[in-house]
Amino acid sequence: MSQPQEFRTGDTPLPDIVILTHKLARDYDMGSEVVHALRGVSFQIRRNEYVAVMGPSGSGKSTLMNVIGCLDTPSAGEYWLNGQKVSDLSDDELAHIRNKEIGFVFQTFNLLPRASALHNVELPLIYAGASAKVRRDRAAEALTSVGLGDRMDHKPNELSGGQRQRVAIARALVNKPSILLADEPTGNLDSATSSEIMDVFATLHGQGQTVVMVTHEADIAAHAKRVVTLRDGLIATDQARAA
Amino acid sequence: MHFLDAVRLALQQIRAQKLKSGFSLIGVFIGVMFLIAVVSVVQGMNRYMTDKFAGTLLGVNTFRLRQFPDMQLGNVTDSTWRVWQRRPRISYDDAQAVMRGLTVPVVTAWESSTRATLSAGRHQAKDIEVTAATDQYFDIRSLTIASGRAFTAQEVHAGVPVAVLGYELASKLFDGQDPLGREVKIFDLPYRVIGVVEKQGNLFGVSLDKFVVTTAAAPVKRYVNPPRVVDALAVKAATQTDMREAMSEAEAIMRSRRHLRPRDGDTFALETADEVLDFWSKISRVLFLALPGLVAISLVVGGIVIMNIMLMAVAERTREIGIRKSLGARRRDILRQFLVESATLATVGAAAGVATGIALAGLIAAISPLPASVAPWSIAVGVLLGAGVGVVAGVYPATRAARLDPIAALRFET
Repeated sequence: MSQPQEFRTGDTPLPDIVILTHKLARDYDMGSEVVHALRGVSFQIRRNEYVAVMGPSGSGKSTLMNVIGCLDTPSAGEYWLNGQKVSDLSDDELAHIRNKEIGFVFQTFNLLPRASALHNVELPLIYAGASAKVRRDRAAEALTSVGLGDRMDHKPNELSGGQRQRVAIARALVNKPSILLADEPTGNLDSATSSEIMDVFATLHGQGQTVVMVTHEADIAAHAKRVVTLRDGLIATDQARAA
Repeated sequence: MHFLDAVRLALQQIRAQKLKSGFSLIGVFIGVMFLIAVVSVVQGMNRYMTDKFAGTLLGVNTFRLRQFPDMQLGNVTDSTWRVWQRRPRISYDDAQAVMRGLTVPVVTAWESSTRATLSAGRHQAKDIEVTAATDQYFDIRSLTIASGRAFTAQEVHAGVPVAVLGYELASKLFDGQDPLGREVKIFDLPYRVIGVVEKQGNLFGVSLDKFVVTTAAAPVKRYVNPPRVVDALAVKAATQTDMREAMSEAEAIMRSRRHLRPRDGDTFALETADEVLDFWSKISRVLFLALPGLVAISLVVGGIVIMNIMLMAVAERTREIGIRKSLGARRRDILRQFLVESATLATVGAAAGVATGIALAGLIAAISPLPASVAPWSIAVGVLLGAGVGVVAGVYPATRAARLDPIAALRFET
């Protein structure tokens, strides 16, 4: 897969580019010293790519994940998501982007423990301002699509790890986001369940979903079609895998 | 997030932590409960004062011409008292002159009272209010005759010794037997009972049914007042305006009869229910002034407790806040969630306070002579105050929650 044309400040990304970062930098002021977590990361992700971001701890992959997920803003550089420059948006505008454009899947699932699976999946729709009926219908639909149509009223502690992660995936997808952003999605799962989840990702990718997955496990990264490796806040390698 | 969603969420949260929520709303609960109970009792007294005291004891739209005010409210100094005692009394001639001189249509009655012991057969009743009056006395006091009849103008003129008894006095003297036509002795003089007045009930625990009314010219008069003198001339008009007009006419007549010069003060008193009601409204104003202080203390304490509980809730639910933010909750969504939760908590406390306050007021009314009447506005004020305290107490915790950094909040371990 060839890289698109060189991006320069002032340009607008091509229409099929979902994610574009340009010389993205993120510094943390730790008081006595400044930590440069990202030192100028530039890459582009097309619609319907399946990308794994790898790297040892401290390489900046979590920071990159946070910036891509609009949970954090870069210190310098540009970040374009789905044709919109988001690197200089306010907190509330970022919240809106997270709600509409990004579906998070976390290592620790991050479900609300006291809420049913259905209510957990409804959450993004609540913040999107959907009516109760629309919320219910779409959440039920999303849960059914991950094979949990019969577990909608269960609370997270009544579900297995794999089921919980599927609830999280249903929640991530319920608002039809531009990207599915997974942070170590199999970190808390055994290998059998992990491969189940990877199958779900593969299916979603097959349906046209753009997937970005951060992982440090090579065999999990092997499910992706492209692997970006970070080292010391910079991209070390960026290679497409044979399909 | 819609407001109702936030309320539903808050109620879920309260239900999930019943005990903690219960303790946290105790302050608001107590504050609102006292508010409702005190307002109910004061309100009940208000109604009592206007309806019963002013209406029954003094009469509606009624004034009385007397030597000096009968209802001495507040402090009367010794010197004032001596001046009052030196005033001339209200004579028959005074009363007649006023009755003739009034141009406003009114109903009038002479009244003179004392206290005496009554007896009927073997039964005795001590310290009974004995009133010698003219026939329209019953009309002025709005007394309805339950059995028998009132005395007539002819009987008054002729000085026929007939008596109308209060309900309780009648049953005490005649032991449940029909008193009509029987004899009672007042100052050892015999009177024939011709009527019994309908039951009046109590005023602050004092029975209003222990009295006897006889004709103004009956033999009892000489025990009540010196010859040709009355305690009061009662004048009842149809409306408040008529009453005011009649009062100024009466004042003019009396001043001219007593040859008072423009700068002299009145040497008589024109008394209305207003004085009593004024005095009462002073008392109730003091109560209403003290009440906010008491309620405020409970509400402030309640608010602090709620604020602490909410701060704890924010800390406990940092992860949840992070999750919500990652899913697109804006600052104002989180702010609203916690504000609504705090307000809902306090409102639940206030609602419980309203219910208990009403029950408490009912209990007070049942076991003490104090009346109670729940004021609808106090319920509204109670609930609004509760919600207000919740909102105010929730502002700081909710702001903290809203400002949480989503990344740090997501990583937060509980």
